[in-house]
Amino acid sequence: MLLQQLASRIQENFATGFVKAVEWRGDLAVTVMRDRLHEVAQFLHDDPAMDFDYIVHVSSVDWPDDEERFEVVYEFYSIKKRQRIRLKTRVPESDCIVDSLTDLWKGADFMEREVYDMMGIRFRHHPDLRRILLPDDYTEGYPLRKDFPLRGKGWRDTFEFLDETAR
Amino acid sequence: MALEDQRTTVYKIDPAHPESETLPTLRTEELLLNMGPQHPATHGVLKVILELEGERLVKSTPVLGYLHRGVEKLAEDGTYHQFIPHTDRLDYVCAMYNNFAYCRAVEKLMNITVPDRAEYLRTIVAEVQRIIGHQFWLGTQALDIGAMGVFFYCFRDREILMDWFDELCGARLTTSWYRIGGVERDFTPSLLEKLKLFLDYFPPKIEEYTVFLEKNRIWVGRTKGVAIISAEDAVSFGLSGPPLRGSGVDYDLRKAQPYSAYPKCEFSVPLGKNGDTYDRYWIRVQELYESVKIIRQCLEQMQDGPIMADVPSVTLPPKQRVFTNLESMIQQFKLFSQGFDAPPGEIYCGTEAHKGELGFYIVSTGGGKPYRLKIRAPSFIHMGAFDHMSRGYMISDAVTIFGTYDIVMGECDR
Repeated sequence: MLLQQLASRIQENFATGFVKAVEWRGDLAVTVMRDRLHEVAQFLHDDPAMDFDYIVHVSSVDWPDDEERFEVVYEFYSIKKRQRIRLKTRVPESDCIVDSLTDLWKGADFMEREVYDMMGIRFRHHPDLRRILLPDDYTEGYPLRKDFPLRGKGWRDTFEFLDETAR
Repeated sequence: MALEDQRTTVYKIDPAHPESETLPTLRTEELLLNMGPQHPATHGVLKVILELEGERLVKSTPVLGYLHRGVEKLAEDGTYHQFIPHTDRLDYVCAMYNNFAYCRAVEKLMNITVPDRAEYLRTIVAEVQRIIGHQFWLGTQALDIGAMGVFFYCFRDREILMDWFDELCGARLTTSWYRIGGVERDFTPSLLEKLKLFLDYFPPKIEEYTVFLEKNRIWVGRTKGVAIISAEDAVSFGLSGPPLRGSGVDYDLRKAQPYSAYPKCEFSVPLGKNGDTYDRYWIRVQELYESVKIIRQCLEQMQDGPIMADVPSVTLPPKQRVFTNLESMIQQFKLFSQGFDAPPGEIYCGTEAHKGELGFYIVSTGGGKPYRLKIRAPSFIHMGAFDHMSRGYMISDAVTIFGTYDIVMGECDR
């Protein structure tokens, strides 16, 4: 199936939730509304013409200037059809929660936990939503957000300087 | 306390089965055991909380992140070229393939075509890295299970290739030989000679490793039928590389989405049947033979030509010219200090490293630095299946299961 056909099939089936489909450098990225994400994912997973049985990665992007700040990115692959698709959805900061896809792909468990850990996006119905790479009691926020400082928090500059030069 | 009293505290009568009153049942309770973070067989700093019933694993909870260095955040701070050395440190026993995967992703973003000779050089070195990776895996996996001899044989031959890397790029582990648009330098005649000698030397040595293991009752007993995962589950968990192919799923990116010089080479993708540790071992050994085959074909087909794409706005000038030519020096300086202007957009590019699918998802908003860079690390995703694969096996099999993923924590925790 051509990527355009793939995009238009999703659009036909989910006329209300479909936002846009972008094809760039041979990658197809389909953006859907947050409340239809699980349905679209289920369609991609179950429909025999789609058959996206393999989950590649779950990721997230922070766009602080946008109204819906976070973008959750899923990437699927069909081993039989040798096709790839990227499914995206936007989440506002005030209510950053999306439906978990762990019931469709078991591998989504760890991948979604990483997104929660790094970006602070929660996943509804996730079986074990805890931090994964950072310690459980980490309270300094979510490191991959753009407002998390890239080069330290300035603590280094506040250290007292011990003068050990000879007097 | 009298002996009789002690016995009453250990044994108790099961009230649900009064007929067992004459036969006292053993008091049982689940035991929690921390494996790691300091354990020689966890291949880095990994902790797993094992829930045990006797010696059987009931549930295991991996605790990751001891080696988390925030590589994805670091990527946002440097130019595309500057990130190449960081990729070495992800999976430090397979640095060349990490460089390769990253450079391919950036080339896809920048839409650069790499010249033919560079593609062959890349494929040869990538396959040499695959041999090194599998030798390292075989040695340590056998060591973990208790067959120490294989370790010495594997590392003896690995050392030849490590020295070869040293001669190629000046480093054994942190290589950084790949560049965006090509490679850093060409093979010298001495390197070619040494590689050809190795290709003749190596295949009989593989038999030397396997004869140690395949006729070893302990090895066979501890790998056959251990950590079985069905094809369906392996796909659902997103496993890749030998753990996926061990279950008989034909998914190898070198065939599924051919890249570099792989489409021009003939090789087969070995597939397992039972999805157990032994099949995954068998696949890796077969891949050693296939890698030798690929390298031979590449050496035959390779023609002279440029080793770097001619896109001055992106690719680095040859080092020789940087030292002698002012424009080239300015170009090099600008590329490293400001980077090149990437078009806005996003790409994902996966590469079949020897552990599995190593992918880079890059979001660019223009400018010299990536806006967001996500690494799809196979070790991390394989750890997601650890609980599923370890349930019901013995506590000593936990070590086998770490090993069977070929896990490296530097890549897992990033």
